[in-house]
Amino acid sequence: MRASTATSKSILLEYIIKRRWLGNGLLILVGLFAVYRLAVELINNPILFFQQVINGLQLGFVYALIALGYTMVYGIVRLINFAHGDVFMVGAFISFYGVTRLQLHTWVSSVFPSFPPVAAQIIGAVTVVLLAMVTCSVLAFTIERVAYKPLRNAPRISALITAIGVSFFLEYFGALSFVFSPNFITYKRPFDVTTWYLNKGGIASLQSGQAIPPGSVIFSNIFVIIVISSILLMLALQYIVRNTKVGKAMRAAAYDKPTARLMGINVDGIISVTFGIGAAFAGAAGMLYAIAFPQVFFWMGIIPGLKAFVAAVLGGIGSIPGAFVGALIMGQAEVLSAAYISTPMRDAIAFSILIIVLLIRPTGIFGEPTREKA
Amino acid sequence: MMLQVEDLHVYYGAIKALKGINFHLEKGEIVALIGANGAGKTTTLNTLSGILRARQGKIHFLGEDISQTPAEEIVRKGIIHVPEGRKIFATLSVMENLEIGAYTVTDKGQIARNIEMVFNRFPRLKERQNQLGGTLSGGEQQMLAIARGLMTNPSLILLDEPSMGLAPVIVEQIFEIIQEINDQGTSVLLVEQNAQMALSIADRAYVFETGMVTLEDEAHKLLENPLVIEAYLGGH
Repeated sequence: MRASTATSKSILLEYIIKRRWLGNGLLILVGLFAVYRLAVELINNPILFFQQVINGLQLGFVYALIALGYTMVYGIVRLINFAHGDVFMVGAFISFYGVTRLQLHTWVSSVFPSFPPVAAQIIGAVTVVLLAMVTCSVLAFTIERVAYKPLRNAPRISALITAIGVSFFLEYFGALSFVFSPNFITYKRPFDVTTWYLNKGGIASLQSGQAIPPGSVIFSNIFVIIVISSILLMLALQYIVRNTKVGKAMRAAAYDKPTARLMGINVDGIISVTFGIGAAFAGAAGMLYAIAFPQVFFWMGIIPGLKAFVAAVLGGIGSIPGAFVGALIMGQAEVLSAAYISTPMRDAIAFSILIIVLLIRPTGIFGEPTREKA
Repeated sequence: MMLQVEDLHVYYGAIKALKGINFHLEKGEIVALIGANGAGKTTTLNTLSGILRARQGKIHFLGEDISQTPAEEIVRKGIIHVPEGRKIFATLSVMENLEIGAYTVTDKGQIARNIEMVFNRFPRLKERQNQLGGTLSGGEQQMLAIARGLMTNPSLILLDEPSMGLAPVIVEQIFEIIQEINDQGTSVLLVEQNAQMALSIADRAYVFETGMVTLEDEAHKLLENPLVIEAYLGGH
């Protein structure tokens, strides 16, 4: 009893001497102020608030798909793959060419004209996204073999710097006019946008040219597509990681590579698969992002990539549920700060979250204390 | 002859850990490698299982040289290594640890039979099959490590310090299990600090000192050898 009071006393003393209370107190004040501001906004104009939450969800789900790739790769090779955002960019471009050059979104109706048009459209869009996912997987697989695998036993900083180099390579290679383009290109969606409005009277579709009825929240089929496809992809990932042989091998290798080899697991192969799955998700995210913000550009991967990275750190890098939760928080933080503070401030706030997390809780929400391993 | 090691040299960077080791193991034997810390016993097992590479020398397993074979391939040849410190996958459940142990087994029926077999041998693991590996006690983790190794039906099992950090009564149990496994036809190469226990179940043993084999004999003779008693059996 005496011992325990003595320790708690010394912890308190240390706490005061080290002035942790200053940082934590400030953080709590900022947090309380943010909650207060949001509560005031919610009471003043609940419609606007819910509209922002919907927009934030749409963005957050896209970030989640990107963040999963960061977190999975970090989990298994302890590498922040800074080229991941550029793989996302490649995915967006591939889906763009899939729609404009290959006309993949209409192949069903041109091959089977009698097919129901809605189903044909869905199959067409799924074909495009699959093309983007497969291309990104192959790309990431190649990057891993060429750039990262030779550095597997090198100091971690070497691989990190290489990742930055790969990132620049993908950006400027993509900017070449015979590869993608140095210019902004308007993205062609593989389907038409339909918007609905939701208010006390229920849900109705918004006709073109019709003003939004007062007191209603609007959302489009883009929102529905992003949320549904992200959730489906994440359930698929959860299934792969929890229940399949490859998934179990991934978790075993992430925990202890030499012992995984003793079990007969080809660790290099499993690392390649991990890169491939992460990149497939980034490819899908690239297409969904381009559908939501219909423009593609060779630098488009940088900011979403960095924000997804922040999301992965916020959730606890290496943790799959963490990446998901972190990304949803990031989506809300960005949209709410754009709405209630100012649009240019949203990036500053997003990256402030990174700094705060690293200062206060470097392991993130779901992270465990890091174990240094050989 | 099941396993024959000839003139094995292994380095950690510039440091020479094994300076020309020779030993062999016949089918069905329990062979113990005993010796002090740093004598090269674990290094030997790590080289046999492919985690380390020999700079010189040969490892013949069932007539085939496996000294340059990668670890994940050696498992498929029928050698399983239960590493020092057990190395349970703490973030995987007991069941998943066993499934990973059977990673190289493609026949689902075989996997199910093997799980049944290890659950019969280790009822505690059956009770705890859904717990995370990291929540088991030391003795249970050692049982899980051995069970995981048995999932491939190995012809040779390499056991590194199975008694490490365990209570004497648990050590007794573990050694009984090793004896049973051997009785059912699996050859055992056993590395132990606990020379008394190791020699009591082994057929033959090799004494390691600073990267070399200094003594080899039948286990019961080593138990009476004054040099061994002096150095490894506490001088009684």
